[in-house]
Amino acid sequence: MVKFCISVFVVLAVTWGMSAWAQVPLGLPPVPIPPDNPQSPEKIDLGKRLFEDKRFSADGSVSCSNCHDSSKAFGDGLPTAEGIKKLRGTRNAPTVVNAAYYETQFWDGRRPSLEEQAKDPFLNPIEHGLTSHEPILDVIRKDPFYPALFQKVFAIEAKDITIDHVVKAIASFERTLAFGDSPFDRYLYGGDKAALSEAAIRGIDVYRTKGRCQDCHTIGQTNATFTDNKLHNVGVGFRRIQPKVMQIANAFRKAKQEGKDIDKAVLGDQEVSELGRFVVTLRPSDIGAFKTPSLRNIAVTAPYMHDGSLQTLEEVIDLYDKGGEANPFLDSGIRPLNLSAQEKADLLALLNSLTSPQFVNLIPSKKKE
Amino acid sequence: MSTKMTRRTFLKAAGTLTAAAALPVGMVEVTRAQKTGDKFTFAYISDAHITQIEGASFVRNFDNGLKKAVLEVNFMDPQPDFVVFGGDLAQLGKREEFEHGLEMMKDLTVPVKWVIGEHDYYLDLGKYWQEKMGPLYYSFDHKGVHFVVLASILTDDEWTHKRWPTPEERMLQMARLDNPNGSPFMVKEEERDWLKKDLEKVGNETPLIVLSHSPLYKIFKPWNFWTDDAEEVQAILKPFKNVTVLHGHVHQVLYNQIGGISFQAFMATAWPWPYPVTYSQLPNMMPVMTVPMNRADPFKERDGTGWGHIQYNGGLVYHYELWENSPRVVRQDSKMKHPEDAEYQDPAIRTPPQLHY
Repeated sequence: MVKFCISVFVVLAVTWGMSAWAQVPLGLPPVPIPPDNPQSPEKIDLGKRLFEDKRFSADGSVSCSNCHDSSKAFGDGLPTAEGIKKLRGTRNAPTVVNAAYYETQFWDGRRPSLEEQAKDPFLNPIEHGLTSHEPILDVIRKDPFYPALFQKVFAIEAKDITIDHVVKAIASFERTLAFGDSPFDRYLYGGDKAALSEAAIRGIDVYRTKGRCQDCHTIGQTNATFTDNKLHNVGVGFRRIQPKVMQIANAFRKAKQEGKDIDKAVLGDQEVSELGRFVVTLRPSDIGAFKTPSLRNIAVTAPYMHDGSLQTLEEVIDLYDKGGEANPFLDSGIRPLNLSAQEKADLLALLNSLTSPQFVNLIPSKKKE
Repeated sequence: MSTKMTRRTFLKAAGTLTAAAALPVGMVEVTRAQKTGDKFTFAYISDAHITQIEGASFVRNFDNGLKKAVLEVNFMDPQPDFVVFGGDLAQLGKREEFEHGLEMMKDLTVPVKWVIGEHDYYLDLGKYWQEKMGPLYYSFDHKGVHFVVLASILTDDEWTHKRWPTPEERMLQMARLDNPNGSPFMVKEEERDWLKKDLEKVGNETPLIVLSHSPLYKIFKPWNFWTDDAEEVQAILKPFKNVTVLHGHVHQVLYNQIGGISFQAFMATAWPWPYPVTYSQLPNMMPVMTVPMNRADPFKERDGTGWGHIQYNGGLVYHYELWENSPRVVRQDSKMKHPEDAEYQDPAIRTPPQLHY
C-alpha cells in the first residue's frame, strides 16, 4: 500500500518534468545525461523533493527553489540572490531552465556539472549557510520518506547516503527543466511561418548580422541553445573595480594560492565577484568575463546581466548597441552596433518570442505577441 | 549547436582547464635541472604594427592589441625581469607611429629590450630607432645567460640605397608580401663579425639566447619568413651547448630545432599569420604547422594574437598567452631534444582548428 501511494505520488509529481525529459523539446538538442547519473522517474522525483526542501539551510528558510522558483520561471526576479537572514549575494540567480545544456555552471563557469554546482550553495554563508553537508544527510537519514526513496533510486542504506547521491538526484530533476517550443522555435524549426510577428522575423536578421548577437548567443541549424558556452567581458559592473583592479586581482590571486574558497569569496565580496572568470584561471585576460547565458525565456527572467543591474531588455539592447561598457579587458567581439530604432524594436520582438509555453502566463500582458 | 559540436567544445573546455591548471607552478618542476644560471622569467611583446591612418588617428585594433599586452604583462605576479619587444612597433616606420607606440609601451612596469623589425627600419634606416630605443644590435648578460640581440632584417646595399626613389617607396616595398621586387633579410657580414667577436668572450657552456625579428632559418621566402645568411649565423652559434633563438615576424605559434639550436616564435599583438588555408579560399604555399593553431573565432579581432613569457630554469619553458583562446605551453623535450607542446600533441585530445566558415 505504501509503495502504491509513492508510485501515485511519483506519477503526479513528475508528469511535468517527465514530459520534457522523455522527448526533446522543439528547438533544443537532447539533454546531455552523464553516464554515471542516468535519469529515472524515481530519481527525478527525489531530486524535486530535495530541491524544494528548506530544511537544508542554517535557519530552515532556504531551499534551492527560493532562488530558482518554479512560479518565476526558476529564477527569483531579484537583481541578486537572497539567502538566509535575507542576506544578499553579489550575483543574479540564473534560471535553472535549460541549465543542463551549459558546459560549465555558475556565472564564472567555476563548476563543470550540475552535480558539482549543487554542492556549493548549501555551504555558502549567504545562501543556505551550512558549514558542512552533514546536516543535510542527518535530515535525510531521519526523514520518514527519504531513506526509502534513496533506497529505491540508489539501492543504498540510509547510513550510506552521501552528498554525491543528493546532488545526483537534484541534477536529474534539473535536467527535466529543458523547455523550448517557443514561437521562435515553431517558426524556425517547426515550419510554422505564422508563429512569429513580422517584427520578430526581421529581428532574426538583425540578430544574425548587424546586431552580432549570433556569435555568442548561438542559434544553430537544427536547434538553439543561445549560448557559445564561453565567457566574455562586456564591461557590466567593471566600474566597481576599475580604479584598483590590479590590487584586487593580485590580492585575490594571493588568497587563492593560500587556499581561499572561491565560492565564498565570489559571492561574499562584491569586488572579487567582478573579477569574473579570473578567479578560476588567474589569467588577466579573463578579468570581468562572465558566461554567455541562454536567451530562452528572457522576457520572463528579468532583471538581467550577472549582477542583475539592468531591468529591461531595452536597456540590455542599448548596452550592446553602444559596444558594452568600455574597460581595458573588454571582449574584442563587443563593438558599437549603431542599430536604428526599428532594428532595436525588431530585436526586442524576437527576444519576446523566446518564451516557452510553460511560462507564457508570466509575460506581462503588454509584451505578449 | 549539434551534438558533434558539443563534443568538440567539451574537449576544448577540458583542454582549457588542464592548461590553466598547469600554468602557475607545474612547468618549473618538469624542466630539466639547471647547470648554470639562475631561474628567471622574462616576457615578450611583439609585432604591434601601430598604424597611422592620418594625423592623430591610428588603427584601433592594433592599438588595442599593444595596450592589452602591456596591461597583462604589468599584471604578472611575480613580475618578469624584463620584456623583449620583438620588432615591428610601427607599420611604416613613421615617427608618429613610434611615438604613439612608445606612449603605450611606457606604461610597462619593467624594462624593455628592443629588437628592430623591418617595419621599423626601412623608412629612415633605423635613425629614429637608435635615438629612442638604442643600438640595432647588442648583447647583455642576465643571471648567467648571455643574450644577443641581432638586427636580422637588413638586406643588400644596392636594394637599400640605390633602387628606390624615396624612403617611403622603399618602406612600402619591404612591407609587401609576395613581392617580386622585395629582397631577402640578412644579418650581413659586419654584424656577423661583431657577433663572432662578442661570443669570443663567452664560454661554450654559457646558455645563449639570441633575439632577432626574422627567424634565423629559412621557412618561406615570399613572406621573408627567412634570413638569407641564416646558415652562416647558425655556424657561429654552433659551438655553444645551449642555444635558443627567439624571433618575431611570423605572427604565430612556431617552433623548430636545427642541430643544437632551438627556435621559437613570438606571437603578434596585431594580427595572426597565416589565416587557415580555407579562410582565404585559395591554396597557398605556407608550410604545414607542426601543431595547427586553434583559431575558432574570427568574430574576435584578438583571436590568434597574444604575447607570452619565458621561464628560464636551465632549459626554457614558453608560455603562450593566446587571447580568446587556450593558453599553450611549449618546452624542450629532453629525450627528443626539440621543443614540444605540453598539451595538444595527441590528436585524440587536440582541439581541431575550424576548417569552414
